[in-house]
Amino acid sequence: MGFWSSVILPLLLCLLVFVGFFSKSDHAANQPGIMLWMEFSAVLLLIMGSLILPMLIVFIAYSVNSVEHKADTWKTLFSLPISKFSIYAAKYLYAFFLVFLCLSLFVLFTLAFGNLLSVLKPALKFTEYNAAGALTQVYFKLFLSALGILSIQFLLSLLFRDFLKPMGIGFVCAVTGAILAGNNWTYAYLFPYSHPMVAVSTIKDGLKNNMQKGSAAPINVDIFTKEIWVSLSIAVIIFIAGYFIVLKKSVK
Amino acid sequence: MVIDTEGLTFNFGKQTVVKSLSLKVPEGSIYGFLGPNGAGKTTTIKLLLNLLKTQEGSIRIFEKELQSNRIEILSQIGSLIEQPAIYLHLSGKENLLNRALLLQIPEKRVEEMLELVHLTNAAHKKAGQYSLGMKQRLGIALALLSDPKLLILDEPTNGLDPNGIIEVRELLLRLVNHHKKTVFISSHLLAEVERMATHVGIINYGELLFQGSIDELQTLNQPQVQIEAENTVDAANFLKRNDFTVTEVDEHYIYLPFTSKQNMAEINTLLNRNGYPIYSINKQQKDLEKLFLAITQNA
Repeated sequence: MGFWSSVILPLLLCLLVFVGFFSKSDHAANQPGIMLWMEFSAVLLLIMGSLILPMLIVFIAYSVNSVEHKADTWKTLFSLPISKFSIYAAKYLYAFFLVFLCLSLFVLFTLAFGNLLSVLKPALKFTEYNAAGALTQVYFKLFLSALGILSIQFLLSLLFRDFLKPMGIGFVCAVTGAILAGNNWTYAYLFPYSHPMVAVSTIKDGLKNNMQKGSAAPINVDIFTKEIWVSLSIAVIIFIAGYFIVLKKSVK
Repeated sequence: MVIDTEGLTFNFGKQTVVKSLSLKVPEGSIYGFLGPNGAGKTTTIKLLLNLLKTQEGSIRIFEKELQSNRIEILSQIGSLIEQPAIYLHLSGKENLLNRALLLQIPEKRVEEMLELVHLTNAAHKKAGQYSLGMKQRLGIALALLSDPKLLILDEPTNGLDPNGIIEVRELLLRLVNHHKKTVFISSHLLAEVERMATHVGIINYGELLFQGSIDELQTLNQPQVQIEAENTVDAANFLKRNDFTVTEVDEHYIYLPFTSKQNMAEINTLLNRNGYPIYSINKQQKDLEKLFLAITQNA
């Protein structure tokens, strides 16, 4: 379930933006390729950064753990001759992989649909600029910014059996995070659920600066900004703390 | 001893669920762990599997301390706790393959297990569509997959029909007799395990009330005299007037404690001579079920 959601979501969103672009492409005709790419991917990034990415992570973290909750298999897993760390880490790694897969597919589908547009409408000169490098950097940054949320949600879904607690907490936090980051709150970079949106806006600011300098030069994304460091630290700390909680926890 | 616990105690909050338990499970035995619902059986089993942390006392399995040798010990245990834990969206075979992959067991073993529990025909059906009995059998197959030396089964015959119960019983007997396994099996029904168990532990309110071989349990069992008479109430009253202890009277039978054969003959003559016709009189062991009830209720 988690797997398919992380495949279908990028496909669906890219497809929607593609259709939107395809039907209203007149204004974009004869724009330089770099601008087209920016416009095309900006829509996706803004949607993803604000609410969708945090919610997707909430869902992925839930689905990875709910399999065991539903089948009541935690007790069996923990009575197998496998170290508790292996079980915990393997589960986390899979959720980690799903998020990574989803964001990689975003890069892939954005490139594919962009190129498809230029084939269908030759007026759109997507091919003028190779966006692969820039997009990879942008989504890699987004991925790193999401890891804090992933660790927190993973632990919540592991501890709570029911759907509502991790989902509810995740949803409220994601909305709060979006509002905080949306208002450019000075300390939004400290709140993990704001990180994707803060990351997107730093990318935007970086681009603006580059443009003002008049350089249409290759987009250079500053990946390791402070919210990324906070996100990574939270991810590592919660991951380790989670392991000790699992170790102490009795399996009911 | 395969399982050897010493002063095992476990509290859920303020409530003591397991009290100073000293289990001794010898190798090659089928140990019936009996007690009414809520007696602390499942908690004990979870302690044995290190799912619950031991609070007081010690657990030694295969002569090794459980806490410090967790993985080594668990690699020789197969377990089934309460309802079997099965992924309902996978088929029976996929469930087994998944476990085989986790434990690095050759795939060939999966087929053998399916055959052993008679699920070969349903191997490709989703486990969600299995009947309760089939799920239970799949759970047993999962427990046996790694060919463990010790099997810990929590109420494995729950939800099985009489046929299924007999099958499980035969399977366990075969495992113990031919493959030198040790089986620790919990149940709230004595009748279910008395035909296969070699050893019995009876637990209630977290306390071990009896532990020993099935023969030792039998010797606890006082024999009695069962008399079938025409008018049981009058006959019983007559016996009481003649200083006999009557333990139970119902519509058809009178029960008295057995003391000797001579004593039985005396009762017989006495009743017949005084106009109380007797249809039958015999010495009888109380059935174990009643004994089990007596043990658990006196506590």
